[in-house]
Amino acid sequence: MEINGTSYERDVPASLLLVHFLRDDLDLTGTHVGCDTGSCGACTVQLGDEAIKSCCMLAVQADGASITTVEGLASDEGELTPLQQSFHEYHALQCGYCTPGMLMSATALLEKNPRPSEHEVKVALQGNICRCTGYWNIIEAVVAVGEKGTR
Amino acid sequence: MTAIETEAGTLQKGSAVGQSVPRKEDGRLVQGQGVFFDDVKRKDMGYLHFVRSPYAHATIESIDVSAALEMPGVYGTLTGDEVAILTDPFFQIAAPPGGHVKDYALAVGKVRYLGEPVVAVVAETRELARTAAEYVMVEYEPLDVLVDARAALADGAPVLHEECGGNLSYSGVWEWGDVDAAFAEADHVVSIGELHFDRFNSTPLECGGALVEYNRGTGQWTMYTNNQFPGFAAIMMGPAMRVGLDKLRIVTQDIGGGFGNKITSHPQLVVCCLLARKLKRAIQWTEWRTEFHQSMSHGNERWFENTEVAVKADGTLLGFRTKAIDDAGAYLRYEPLGGVIWSQVAAGMYKWRNIWLEFTQAMTNKAPVSPNRGYSRMQQLWFTERVIDIVAQTLDFDAVEIRRLNFVQPEDMAYETPNGCVYDSGDYPRAMDMALELIGASDIETRRAEAASRGKLLGLGIGSTLDSGTNNFGQSQLINPELQFSGNNEVATVKLDIFGEVVVTLGTTPQGQGHETTAAQVVADILHCDVDVVNVRVGHDSYWNSHAGFSGTYASQFAVTGLSAVKGAADMLAGQMVKLASMVFQCPEEAIELADGFARIKDNHEAALPFMALGAIPNANNAGFPDDPPTMNCRYVYRPPFDVPDKERKFGNLTLTYATQIHACVVEIDPETGVTEVVDYAAVDDCGVRINPQIVEGQVMGATAHAIGAALWESFVYDEDGNLLTPNFYDYHVPHALDMPPLKTGAFESPSPFTPLGTKGMGEGGGGGIHCICSGIQDALRAAGGAIVTDSHNPYHRVWEMLSHPERSRETIEVTSR
Repeated sequence: MEINGTSYERDVPASLLLVHFLRDDLDLTGTHVGCDTGSCGACTVQLGDEAIKSCCMLAVQADGASITTVEGLASDEGELTPLQQSFHEYHALQCGYCTPGMLMSATALLEKNPRPSEHEVKVALQGNICRCTGYWNIIEAVVAVGEKGTR
Repeated sequence: MTAIETEAGTLQKGSAVGQSVPRKEDGRLVQGQGVFFDDVKRKDMGYLHFVRSPYAHATIESIDVSAALEMPGVYGTLTGDEVAILTDPFFQIAAPPGGHVKDYALAVGKVRYLGEPVVAVVAETRELARTAAEYVMVEYEPLDVLVDARAALADGAPVLHEECGGNLSYSGVWEWGDVDAAFAEADHVVSIGELHFDRFNSTPLECGGALVEYNRGTGQWTMYTNNQFPGFAAIMMGPAMRVGLDKLRIVTQDIGGGFGNKITSHPQLVVCCLLARKLKRAIQWTEWRTEFHQSMSHGNERWFENTEVAVKADGTLLGFRTKAIDDAGAYLRYEPLGGVIWSQVAAGMYKWRNIWLEFTQAMTNKAPVSPNRGYSRMQQLWFTERVIDIVAQTLDFDAVEIRRLNFVQPEDMAYETPNGCVYDSGDYPRAMDMALELIGASDIETRRAEAASRGKLLGLGIGSTLDSGTNNFGQSQLINPELQFSGNNEVATVKLDIFGEVVVTLGTTPQGQGHETTAAQVVADILHCDVDVVNVRVGHDSYWNSHAGFSGTYASQFAVTGLSAVKGAADMLAGQMVKLASMVFQCPEEAIELADGFARIKDNHEAALPFMALGAIPNANNAGFPDDPPTMNCRYVYRPPFDVPDKERKFGNLTLTYATQIHACVVEIDPETGVTEVVDYAAVDDCGVRINPQIVEGQVMGATAHAIGAALWESFVYDEDGNLLTPNFYDYHVPHALDMPPLKTGAFESPSPFTPLGTKGMGEGGGGGIHCICSGIQDALRAAGGAIVTDSHNPYHRVWEMLSHPERSRETIEVTSR
């Protein structure tokens, strides 16, 4: 499969979850695990243009897919995307554990809907749990990117 | 595309404190470059999985690990019998009877709650370890189960810890003032049969875990983990493992939320340590979500029985009596400290001068409790808030005015409570007025009528809360006079390196509170440099960072303990920089100033040494000085001014600062379903001087989300057999983005007169949210039978029951007037 523009070819056990393949086999540890029921969204990555939970997919099911993880957002030089910058400015993160999943869900939203309303942002993020911020700063950070017309 | 940068460059020099400087932490965290414990890997590490008890209470008849050990790729196992040989039971904070508990890292002979670790299995992969755990054969003989602390104290109840002779862990009577005289003086006595504070916790998104290595040559373990109070973990682990604390190196970098829940992971860390030594390989343990819910750090569930409140005709509250029964769960991992922590806020924000409270704590077949955001004070504050609203409704006082009448007033500050605690500063009426204005309370009756026209019941709620911070650990002696803990401390070092880098190390273990940023703000102002120039080392390292016995991040104290240590060290360094410049320029120190990143002569700015020169001279270019040049490496230990409390009278100052939060809300209840919707919400915070207002507001909003969740959705529910019915995020519903009501925040600053920066610890005031939603529901129900809210947790079915049978709760309230 192709991840963040790099092709990987590995033999993996059939039972290996995509999230553990990313984290343990490829050392892409920005994608996190926060639950064991597909509820929290910390493991969200982009598969094609969809945000998906990588704990709900086996690595073998992603064979041949194109995947973007949080490590694939900023440029190699460390230039942040406007969404990442907006999270920083709006204090949309505290511990940072849910942040990669939030960013991936919001990035997928903004690609489809560049100027989402507050309610559309909430709907897009309903599968992502944050226990630190109370969500409002996250919602505002995403809406603000849309209002500025830049992702 | 923009690169990350802080506002610091545009700030006036010397004014970083008080600015919402965007956080230094964010750059790595938004790029997935944080390092959480589960990101740390070692070659050939073994993955650990726990075999856990499927019973809430049972004897262990036999354990057979042979089938698991025969599986290819399984490296080894550890059982309770081995643990009982290799370690001693953990030190108990409790005096007898609780002090007799024998608590090991794995169950020995008996299990006492569902999910208790019984065997640890280590294998080549996570998946294999989990599979192999299924092959461990454990035979149990089930015993009768206790899930109710009240029943646990009854004669003939099954006993969890035979050596304790019962299930009582701690009991004490706390009495201050002249309670009998208060009741004799009262015009009304309001009796409240039973109030119940529910069991929940803040469920940080990252579960527990560690990567543990053992160095055979030095006999030293290194734990990359997310424990948030390494000083406490070490004093629990060292004696149990029969090693000195220097053998236990605890390292944290990024931690995925803590909220107190990650203080008591020492049993699991001991298992990892023993296996790292036994199997001669690094051990990786990552807890699964269901395991966390079943076994980690539930908040204290508490009943308040037979409460009596003495009230004057004008609404003045004279005193109360109550019997608190606390549920500690199966083991005393931090308990019974909850048995004294509540007394930091015994009277809440009110001028009750006469208090009698019997505190009894029982052990039950449920997960062990340990600190959860607002630990033990939230329960007491909820109690005082419930009492106020029940008294108001029962005696027909206005809920706002009775608070205003009884609040400790700004002119009373600093205010000594009946038990010797000192409320340092604050303006509670102002905070309440701000909160009420933010939710538009002045036209509440219009809104109530409008909601009624839509068939909805509307109510206004207020929740006042104190966030007591910076513990005096001497309070532990009030529950166990033999303990040798008192005071508090925190450490920081600030140094200047060869190329002029300012480097700060902390003893704390931040979990999202922005310590790197706020510490840099404090240092920048003292050294007169940019925030960007200050490098704050990330996380905790008990080998290489300075730390003290109470180092950690818990109990609302960083802004006092941590930043006072930072200030102390930075002041020392500033003094050394001035001294070195005076030595170089051969002028008096008084002629030197720090400005714009230089040490320079005040009236000759050309004579200026950059930080680089100041760092290089003592470190690498120090020949020829008549006296030793300063070291430029400054360590400061901040020790708050505390005395040991009076053990006889249970009297003394237990915490240094008291931040205020007042929450207010408007709720709408659908009488057809009992569903409560929070339609308006405000939280007003006063935590003294705010180093970084944006971070403070973030803490307020996050804590509020916890409170709303706990008030309406989150509960650890056990059935009568001790099965946890809410063991994951399916059944334990935490707020999602769509659940959050609109939040308004307000703030003002009443600087603490007792702290070096005027700051107060904050972050745990969210309990106000539970109080105000209970208050709002009760207000809304006045128009539908007038049920009394007696539980902290009010999901739709409980509200529906109150709507259907309002008399049931009303009958638990009695008024005697003269």
